[in-house]
Amino acid sequence: MEHAEGQKHPAAAQPHAAAAGQHHVEGQQHPLGIYFKIWGLLFVLSTASYLVDYFHFQGYLRWTLIIIFMLLKAGLIVAVFMHMLWERLALLYAILVPPLLLLVLLWIGAVEADYTFFTRGTFFGPAPEMPVHGAASPAPVKHK
Amino acid sequence: MTEPALASTGQAVPLAEGLQGIVADWSSDQRAFKNVPWGKAMMWIFLLSDTFIFSSFLISYMTVRISTTVPWPNPSEVFALTIGGKSIPLILIAIMTFILISSSGTMVLAVNYGYRRDRVKTFIFLLLTAALGATFVGMQAFEWTKLIVEEGVRPWANPMGAAQFGSSFFMITGFHGTHVTIGVIFLIIVAIKVLRGDLDNQRPGFLTGRKGSYEIVETMGLYWHFVDLVWVFIFAVFYLW
Repeated sequence: MEHAEGQKHPAAAQPHAAAAGQHHVEGQQHPLGIYFKIWGLLFVLSTASYLVDYFHFQGYLRWTLIIIFMLLKAGLIVAVFMHMLWERLALLYAILVPPLLLLVLLWIGAVEADYTFFTRGTFFGPAPEMPVHGAASPAPVKHK
Repeated sequence: MTEPALASTGQAVPLAEGLQGIVADWSSDQRAFKNVPWGKAMMWIFLLSDTFIFSSFLISYMTVRISTTVPWPNPSEVFALTIGGKSIPLILIAIMTFILISSSGTMVLAVNYGYRRDRVKTFIFLLLTAALGATFVGMQAFEWTKLIVEEGVRPWANPMGAAQFGSSFFMITGFHGTHVTIGVIFLIIVAIKVLRGDLDNQRPGFLTGRKGSYEIVETMGLYWHFVDLVWVFIFAVFYLW
């Protein structure tokens, strides 16, 4: 372990060299200003998404706004706070591409749930329809 | 802008950028993730696996919510608080959101001061992050107590509507709260290491025996931001939807 560490990381083995000006090699170092800007932006976006609920927006407007604010916040956190913006593409793609598979699971889940809802509607029967049919056809309802 | 990688000779070798860089990194006969300490790369891979776990929870929440024939309880009303005789919708959750975002802000400052070798400031911001995290967990405990004791929500039933509301709620927020709690514990451990000068002196860790280094503050930060990231999704799809 020590051996491998030493080979991969000459900078880590020599703290003085690391402190002397190779910070960009071993860690993410950026001006504080950008963090404060993103922090403020996250507050604004959170307030906005809270206001969506507060003002009782409904329907597609509500869902669109919620999803836009959600994705913006997630993007800002990953890009700036988690430093993905400055990482090499090999790491960025290795981490951000696999979650796209979840869209398949999302799609399958939605299709399955729609079908379950449909079958529940059919078999656990909406009660109001029964009397209407019952009046037209000879009372099959009473046998249940 | 080419970033130099350190070869074993100690000389900087320029790395390719763009698509060519990806191919070069992955096909290189060494490590694929250049310029990244392996601890950080492993944390990213752990977070990737955690992404799949939380996504499974959220997607299964979606399926039970679509497929139920009973109306879903309105989160806006369920999580409303009465302050000063006035019922404000979702206010507790909004405050929790702001607290968690602020803790992400203090964490990022801690990482920054860590790389500047500012021991005391790093310690203060780490402790502040832990305090905000603990506040978040405390408010969640309050929320759970209110829901269980006053509203009578159970994992198998609740008086407001669809039975699946309780199980989804306790599963998703419970798992997230556990993550926050573990994060707070590790933040305190890292803060103590920083204050003691373990990272400056490269003192071996008590568990792993690895030499102390300010990398661990950034790795800790990745985990903490991820907890905040997951909350962004939970807030949007569970509380606001």
